[in-house]
Amino acid sequence: MTIARQEMINQLKLIVDAYTENKTALEQINEQTDFIKDLNINSANLVDIVLDVEQAFDIEIDNTSMERMLTVGASIAVIEEKLAAKKPD
Amino acid sequence: MTKQEILSHLPYSKPFLFVDELQHIDENSVSGSYTFDKDLDFYKGHFKDNPVTPGVILTETMAQIGLVCLGIFLSGSAASGLPGHVMLTATAIDFMKPVFPGEKVSVTAEKVYFRFKKLHCNVQMSNEAGEVVCKGTISGMVTNKMNA
Repeated sequence: MTIARQEMINQLKLIVDAYTENKTALEQINEQTDFIKDLNINSANLVDIVLDVEQAFDIEIDNTSMERMLTVGASIAVIEEKLAAKKPD
Repeated sequence: MTKQEILSHLPYSKPFLFVDELQHIDENSVSGSYTFDKDLDFYKGHFKDNPVTPGVILTETMAQIGLVCLGIFLSGSAASGLPGHVMLTATAIDFMKPVFPGEKVSVTAEKVYFRFKKLHCNVQMSNEAGEVVCKGTISGMVTNKMNA
């Protein structure tokens, strides 16, 4: 795993911390972690996480991308895409 | 959608309908009113010999006017949209004054955001004297299906 990916997981962990009571699962967060199944996050808080991600990474996430963001790995993929699209060249 | 169309889409009936009329609605805000029927059943027990409208009912009234009516309007006004259902997901309310049987209250709500089907609003309820009764934030998911 690249350092950049691990840093993204750490940033996601900080964001998600406000929305989950399952701190044991949060401690073991990895790319396979499913927000709803593993961290018991509801659909409304999933929206909050996506909004926090937008702010933290200064990106805009569209509806289709948001629907993919069910796991940590899928979220990182979306963040990477949006960051890449943001760069001027 | 007109105000009347929104009211006709509300999924409530007596004794759990807490909207009489809407004064205004647009894509950013809504205001409406409700008069608490003094014969509502919960007044018999809240409290014994001392009826006061329960905070959960004030919250529900703010949710029906401020969140559900606005959610129906926003989903029904979208390009491909049908009026949706609104599932309450979170509330944070402060209560300032009691509301007694027979009182008329006005609710105003302002959209903070409506993104990814989540509607988040600032809401406030006032009594007929214009005093703020309670205020806070309410949010919910606007869905196609009820309870989903």
